[in-house]
Amino acid sequence: MKRISIAASAVLALAAGPAMAQGKSVKIGFVSTFSGPTAVIGNDMRNSFELALDHIGRKMGGLPVEVIYEDDQQKPEVGKQKTEKLIQSDKVDFVIGYIWSNVLLASLKPVVDSQTFLISANAGPSQIAGELCSPYFFSTSWQNDQTPQAIGEYMNQKDVKTAYLLGPNYAAGKDMLAGVASTYKGKVIGEDLTKWPDQLDFSAELSKVKAAKPDALFVFYPGAAGVQFLNQYVQAGLKGQVPLYTAFTIDSLSLPRQGEFALGIPGAQAWVNDLPNEANKKFVADFKAKHKTYPSFYGAQSYDAANFANSAVVAVNGDLSKKDAMRAEMRKANYASVRGPYKYGNNQFPIQNFYLQDVVKDAEGNFTLKTVTTIVKDSQDQFHEKCPMKW
Amino acid sequence: MLLFIEQCLNGLQFGLLLFLLAAGLTLVFGIMDLVNLAHGSLYMLGAYFAATFAAWTDSFVLGALLALAATLVVGMALEVVALRRLYGRDHLDHVLGTFGLILFFNELVRLVWGPAGMSLSLPMWLIPPVEILPGLFYPTYRIAIILTALLVALFLYVLVMRTRLGMLVRAGASNREMTGALGVNISLLYTLVFGLGAALAGLAGLMQAPILTVQIGMGENILILAFVVIIIGGIGSIRGAFIAAILVGLIDTIGRAFLPDLLRLVLSSRGASTVAPAMSSMMIYLLMAIVLVLRPEGLFPVSSK
Repeated sequence: MKRISIAASAVLALAAGPAMAQGKSVKIGFVSTFSGPTAVIGNDMRNSFELALDHIGRKMGGLPVEVIYEDDQQKPEVGKQKTEKLIQSDKVDFVIGYIWSNVLLASLKPVVDSQTFLISANAGPSQIAGELCSPYFFSTSWQNDQTPQAIGEYMNQKDVKTAYLLGPNYAAGKDMLAGVASTYKGKVIGEDLTKWPDQLDFSAELSKVKAAKPDALFVFYPGAAGVQFLNQYVQAGLKGQVPLYTAFTIDSLSLPRQGEFALGIPGAQAWVNDLPNEANKKFVADFKAKHKTYPSFYGAQSYDAANFANSAVVAVNGDLSKKDAMRAEMRKANYASVRGPYKYGNNQFPIQNFYLQDVVKDAEGNFTLKTVTTIVKDSQDQFHEKCPMKW
Repeated sequence: MLLFIEQCLNGLQFGLLLFLLAAGLTLVFGIMDLVNLAHGSLYMLGAYFAATFAAWTDSFVLGALLALAATLVVGMALEVVALRRLYGRDHLDHVLGTFGLILFFNELVRLVWGPAGMSLSLPMWLIPPVEILPGLFYPTYRIAIILTALLVALFLYVLVMRTRLGMLVRAGASNREMTGALGVNISLLYTLVFGLGAALAGLAGLMQAPILTVQIGMGENILILAFVVIIIGGIGSIRGAFIAAILVGLIDTIGRAFLPDLLRLVLSSRGASTVAPAMSSMMIYLLMAIVLVLRPEGLFPVSSK
């Protein structure tokens, strides 16, 4: 009986194979970091993206979805090469992903030149929001400056008189520091960019912060660097002396390793795991059931990217050649985003709310993030005027 | 002024950590004439062992001691199983062989401990900073690193210069065949030296672990600096490694600390912040280039064989 069923399923599989190959599918290239110390981020993005595909039955507009994951190794040159391979030999319909702004900047041109849609699920460099904006580029995350701008506003609300800014020396680090400085009304008394990604010992910078005695320290250290920074900040005795304000430094991937040290340190986010909308509840609950951990904002943006692409394919009933119609649908942001409804600006970056997040313990004693309040409503990035695109 | 003293301490701490790594490297390179790129893997293993053992025993110190012993054993096993076949061969073979070992260890760690990395947390008594001078608070743990590394340096000096084992090591370094002919078991000696080098690398790794995190490939960047140190110090010279490591540590830290402010005098603020990290990391290599031009054998060359 067992043999027969195996044989039968083999026949079925053989019969189904050619039929699938004849029919069209939606091909998606997903570029992220799947090796090295920041591979946890890439894996979280992949898990969330896969969960979104499961939720829509792994079909978009009636067509089966095929995803090709590529590892950029956190290096711009590798990311560009992998992207070119996706465009030229795999001929994908969407390229999605990108954690790092420098990788995205290197990979943008081959995608938009081939008139393929690119959806950034994380990186949002100022250049792409401004002069490099493209009708083929959409973001389901934010423009880099927006999150630190929100933190800058929060620092004003807390009446912070002087601040010191620290971040890594690459495209996103510069955007983040510029972002805080653009909304923060107090005095910036010091600013340092550190070598990225290989400098992980911040002793010299922390000593300078201690000597400068600012009212607040703002940092942007994504991924594993956030864990290292926080460790050293506490060991230098700065916790309790110089309050820390963060962007993308404390998230659900780094929290298990930051633990107690992260308690009471504020950060800003466009998405927090407890946002009370239906799509988000389903996403967080199913993710936790499957992976036993909270999803991160990287994951939430990837989950959104899948549903966002789906909305475009559904709108044209699977006819992927109708690119103008797909774009028109995407500009409406007509899907259930886990951050709640938002709009697109002329540069195709979201106009959205930013929330204050705090670190708390959940019922099982795990550290997690909680929304405290809305810092800014309907924030639009400051570079959209530099983008010549109008619609 | 306090800031300057604090930055010098930061530099000293980083330099001494480099010394631990460089001492093992220079011993193995100088005495056994083996280029060991996998030294960084032993550094990584030390950190992983410490994180694991500390979690098991619930004690940082006990975990560190066990990790030290474990790296020593792994080092000696590595020498017996793999590196012994590389002696007397071309340096290029060493580079190829030990580079392969880096890949092997990275994958091994990924299989055993997973890709996510680990963290090693400090016991409470090492976390709050101490006041070492009036008004100058400094992280207790970094002081502990400085003291431990100075003790190790002293231990190495006594071991190599004042004990019978050290005499044999020095004899083996200057003439391998003659020492062997006098009845000394050279291959056992080499295994011990390599084990010692491995333990030093492991010590550096496990001491760095609570400051940084424990992750795959953590030894690769710092190994480059360790090579710079032994080139500046003179290959095979522990004293040279000690001086050069502190020099490199100080230059790196002081450069990072004060260069941005100096550059701001001539450049825009944003420009200075961008250029400074690149320039301060260049300064170490500049020092190496100058030393290579003026004293190609390093600052403290070991008298030739």
